[in-house]
Amino acid sequence: MLLEVRELQVEFHTRDGVAKAVNGVSYSVDAGETLAVLGESGSGKSVTAQAIMGILDVPPGRIAGGEVVFKGRDLLKTKEDERRKIRGADMAMIFQDALSSLNPVLTVGAQLGEMFIVHRGMSRKDARARAVELMERVRIPAAKERVNDYPHQFSGGMRQRIMIAMAMALEPSLIIADEPTTALDVTVQAQVMELLADLQRELNMGLILITHDLGVVADVADKIAVMYAGRIVETAPVHDIYKAPAHPYTRGLLDSIPRLDQKGRDLYAIKGLPPNLTRIPPGCAFNPRCPRAQDICRTDVPPLFEVDENRRSACFFWRETLDDV
Amino acid sequence: MTSEPILEVRDLVKHFPLTQGILFKRQIGAVKAVDGVSFGLAAGETLGIVGESGCGKSTVARMLVNLERPTAGEIRYKGEDITQMSGRALKAVRRNIQMVFQDPYTSLNPRMTVGDIIGEPFDIHPEVAPKGDRRRMVQDLLDVVGLNPEYINRYPHQFSGGQRQRIGIARGLALRPEIIVADEPVSALDVSVQAQVVNLMERLQNEFDLSYVFIAHDLSIVRHISDRVGVMYLGRIIEIGTDVQIYDHPTHPYTQALLSAVPVPDPEAREGRERIILTGEVPSPAHPPSGCRFRTRCWKAQERCALEVPLLAVPAVFRGTDGPAEHDSACHFAEERQIVPTTSAPGEGDGEGLGDGAGDESRDGDGERESDGGAGDADAGEQGPDPDKEM
Repeated sequence: MLLEVRELQVEFHTRDGVAKAVNGVSYSVDAGETLAVLGESGSGKSVTAQAIMGILDVPPGRIAGGEVVFKGRDLLKTKEDERRKIRGADMAMIFQDALSSLNPVLTVGAQLGEMFIVHRGMSRKDARARAVELMERVRIPAAKERVNDYPHQFSGGMRQRIMIAMAMALEPSLIIADEPTTALDVTVQAQVMELLADLQRELNMGLILITHDLGVVADVADKIAVMYAGRIVETAPVHDIYKAPAHPYTRGLLDSIPRLDQKGRDLYAIKGLPPNLTRIPPGCAFNPRCPRAQDICRTDVPPLFEVDENRRSACFFWRETLDDV
Repeated sequence: MTSEPILEVRDLVKHFPLTQGILFKRQIGAVKAVDGVSFGLAAGETLGIVGESGCGKSTVARMLVNLERPTAGEIRYKGEDITQMSGRALKAVRRNIQMVFQDPYTSLNPRMTVGDIIGEPFDIHPEVAPKGDRRRMVQDLLDVVGLNPEYINRYPHQFSGGQRQRIGIARGLALRPEIIVADEPVSALDVSVQAQVVNLMERLQNEFDLSYVFIAHDLSIVRHISDRVGVMYLGRIIEIGTDVQIYDHPTHPYTQALLSAVPVPDPEAREGRERIILTGEVPSPAHPPSGCRFRTRCWKAQERCALEVPLLAVPAVFRGTDGPAEHDSACHFAEERQIVPTTSAPGEGDGEGLGDGAGDESRDGDGERESDGGAGDADAGEQGPDPDKEM
């Protein structure tokens, strides 16, 4: 296994109390595999990624427990200067907002080249040449001329390609993409996702794709982890989950997508709102919004039940949910 | 659409001047944000407008509610052109056309209570609500949009995104308008909350007899809520028709590409689905291409497309066919092509038995088209370079 996250816990100390952003998350990714982490805002999907990368703001954040095992080594026990060598070189991240993630006063070539200068000790000239190569690889037209341009001179789609180029630069074995196409238009989104998938195949990388878009997940993922209020509520291979979800939250998300035959009728809507992370309800965090909630859901935290070899669901009534098609 | 349109837009144009110099400004060009848009809105109807960022859909919305003065063109509300109005007459019309904004975080004043926000329209139009009744009316509005009427003294930051959007909708409803222009009303919301707000808007439409102009980039939500849909590209509507016509029988290549690019939440579909991946990006509206504005990204583009602006009308090929492809489409080489697999809706669709796969693209066997005089022209374009297909 390339990366294994075990029982990760992350808290934030705020004025209103301790917000438990991640409450015991476990997932794994193998080389060449795409794991989609699906969740709404505040579900802890991005915080988990930041903890894996080691870019969590500490304080106010604090990793309260768990392990992040990357190539057999627990990163949470690794010294910071060691981690810095891994970060960028062997695991890299692509952020949602390329404009604010790129340095506005440095040329794109300088920012891409920096990767080679810092991690590989190359000369400026060689690094520049590699930067052009990278830009060609992510299919930026006229790369040679554009290498000296600044980020604001590129369009949104092109900037996201530069982000991808930067993440790919040192051919990492793991890439974490946090909502990589959310800020892009659909036709450009399709281009960028295709590029990302091609490069992943070529380099046999593990990819963690963090998103809230069920469509994107269905298009590219091998397996899914659905998060809610800092916990994983369901993990499954992508085909299974869309056919028959084993958790009422996943089911609710799928049902709230408008379908053709629902025209003119009400959409299914999950009632209520996601909980405040400083006051997560006792028992199953989803119970106040769940159509299936029983007494046990209000008192006991459901563990991840084994649905089959590859599937887990954190619902006491996963059997009933599964049958209820 | 047989009824008299409540709102009619004719050749609407909005150019934003580009200037140079600080002290002595001179105009060196214009961003042609909206460049000749026409449509009608019937009473009780929902018109969806879709398009990518920069296509001018939000500028159209702002002109409809008079937040932006058009450079040219007409906006007729019940037959009267509101672009020529001013003073009292304009104020009376504006009461009837209200707007719901995209971002519930920036469109509500953080220093006003919810009661003041929703009640503010009454200050401008005091004839709607006598002073003594206002508090009660605001509470009624809160109740109508599904919020607790006791929240009247709270501030926006005490609400979640979905609740704030409900406040924005309540404010839009306050003056009992006939038309609501909603600019991306759900795109800032989480998936599970989006459905709640869409349902609310549909319920309010029935309850208050509203007509909606619903602007969004999420094609599945637009389809769900709209009776008719217009697709915009670079300041123009390039195709418009009923939801079935646009989604199941698109004839404009851009609409086809847009539909095929939308990720479908069904992993089974990912192998069988045909995808048109457009090359390049939307050109700048300051220097739009000559002729058809989509031609720089179009796989069907011919010389004619650069010379002649295609008009938004029923293409000659489909004229009189009485089929769902007979709707306005601004393309010289319009042809039908099925993009969205119809498997999710058995019984709906074209009824020709061709709904079994998205791979069926050219539909040459369609006798109606072969016999048509203009068909030869259309077929010439279709054998050109095929768009990329994804496995």
